[in-house]
Amino acid sequence: MSAPAPASNRAAGRAAPGAPPAPVNAERLRAQERAENALLAGLTVPGMLLIAALVLAPIGWLFWLSFRNPAGFTFDHYLRLLHPSYTLTLQTTFELSFLVTAICILLGYPVAYIIAQARPRMAAVLMMLVLFPVWTSLLVRCYAWLVLLQRRGLLNTWLTDMGLIDTPLRLMHNFTGTTIGMVHIMLPFMVLPLYGSMRAISSDYMLAASSLGASPAAAFRQVFVPLSLPGLVAGTIIVFVLCLGFYVTPALLGGGRVMMWSMQIERNVNYYSDWGAASALGVVLLVMTLGIMWLVGRIIGFNRIVGAR
Amino acid sequence: MLSRPATQTQITHGRRLWLYVLVGLIMFFLIVPSLFVIPLSFSADRYLAFPPSGWSTRWYAAYLGAIEWRDATYVSFTAAFLTMIVSTVCGTLAAYGLHTARLRLMRLAYVAFMLPLIIPGILVAIGIYLLYAQFGLNSTMPGIVMAHSVMAIPLVVITVASSLKSYDMNQEMVARSLGASRPWAFLTVTLPQIRISVITGALLAFITSLDEVVISLFIAGGDMSTLTKRMFNALRDEIDPTIAAISTLLLLVSVLLLGAVRLLQRKSGRDT
Repeated sequence: MSAPAPASNRAAGRAAPGAPPAPVNAERLRAQERAENALLAGLTVPGMLLIAALVLAPIGWLFWLSFRNPAGFTFDHYLRLLHPSYTLTLQTTFELSFLVTAICILLGYPVAYIIAQARPRMAAVLMMLVLFPVWTSLLVRCYAWLVLLQRRGLLNTWLTDMGLIDTPLRLMHNFTGTTIGMVHIMLPFMVLPLYGSMRAISSDYMLAASSLGASPAAAFRQVFVPLSLPGLVAGTIIVFVLCLGFYVTPALLGGGRVMMWSMQIERNVNYYSDWGAASALGVVLLVMTLGIMWLVGRIIGFNRIVGAR
Repeated sequence: MLSRPATQTQITHGRRLWLYVLVGLIMFFLIVPSLFVIPLSFSADRYLAFPPSGWSTRWYAAYLGAIEWRDATYVSFTAAFLTMIVSTVCGTLAAYGLHTARLRLMRLAYVAFMLPLIIPGILVAIGIYLLYAQFGLNSTMPGIVMAHSVMAIPLVVITVASSLKSYDMNQEMVARSLGASRPWAFLTVTLPQIRISVITGALLAFITSLDEVVISLFIAGGDMSTLTKRMFNALRDEIDPTIAAISTLLLLVSVLLLGAVRLLQRKSGRDT
């Protein structure tokens, strides 16, 4: 989704070259247009005020706090982040985010591919199945995984009953459980942009490729995959960025053994009331998030990332 | 069936059967785990076992009998309803303003409206917590509603803006040239035609508030604890089957809302 106000609208108020001479009241018309634009822009004020007051102002404040100690200006809060307990957290956060994103790509691509090629009615049904988890409470899904993955949970019971394993596997309160839970949450965010971009690929391209002698596999690899890249990049960024700041699933399925960046922030606020450390951690997380989005936005266009959601 | 070509490249359905099986399994992974909470919620066992040794509604009774769960449910649904109203009004106004105002600034404004989705939730949460602490807004209904609205407004803006893009603004111009004021033209001409997306946005706002966890963990406490906050704490301590009953009810709400959206979209598809 790109920014509103199509170009035709924007140009309507100005005189085109070769048009009849400006009317005598041109000045008044322009003033009126300005007034109307100001009024229309004013409609965004209530929402903008809420976002500015509740999101932008506090983040500015956190930014300020991250450079303050009782004595005044300081870099201490950032220097403390170099301590192994924090760098280890950063490493875990990136490892988990990379792993979850990679699995989401592997699982999301075939799903989006099939939905994009299905007949409209079937595609609508499949799309609803993909959207169902998005509309389901995050906590309900975490609870379901806790039930399935726990030591005497369904998965372990079944695997033991079938004789595949002797002792129950450790599936939760560790890296494995967190990964499974997060992939489950993130997968729809990969499928949606991928589907959008695959849907836009005309089947004529594939037809042309095969008429030029490409095998189905070659046509897929050389024509389809490159054309689906914008969706893939958008999905990858959305999933990766969401993973970096994710809190709920790692906190529940990780059972305290998987320490994410966001959990360090929570811990510093709730247990230590250490706002200096919490805000420094927050600023680093924000800079990483915006940095990645900016980098990719430069490559494929920012609106594509936002619009694909 | 299997020997018929599936795509333009003449690959047959049979030759890519593996792909259908794979996608089927992934769909299974997406849908089925959440559904397990339904049979569990009707279990008669004290501990989670599957299949349960007997059936009962004792966990529903436990849920309805516990005053703190009832209070939390009341808080959550009140907050969701109020959030829906606040964010639908603010979001629809904003989407209309962003769409019609011919200013360069509007591009930047659109990005600003998306910020609550982009900025990590934990950061928004501690920011609001810090702010509310100064104004005594923590653990108050207005505080919860404002915070949830901030998360819901971007979704309403996205939904409404996308339908305004395919709406022919000239219709409103006609109404105005016939003497309608701008607000009247919007209410009687434009709004009825974009109503599906406004309602969709409203339902999205409702479910966003109902399911919001991270911000609520920080700003909703005591008497004003939301359902999600109580559930989160209960899940961290022990896996109580009461949660299965609550989860089943929440699942039902999700299905009803998603069904309503689908129905609306199908209806709008027929109308146009």
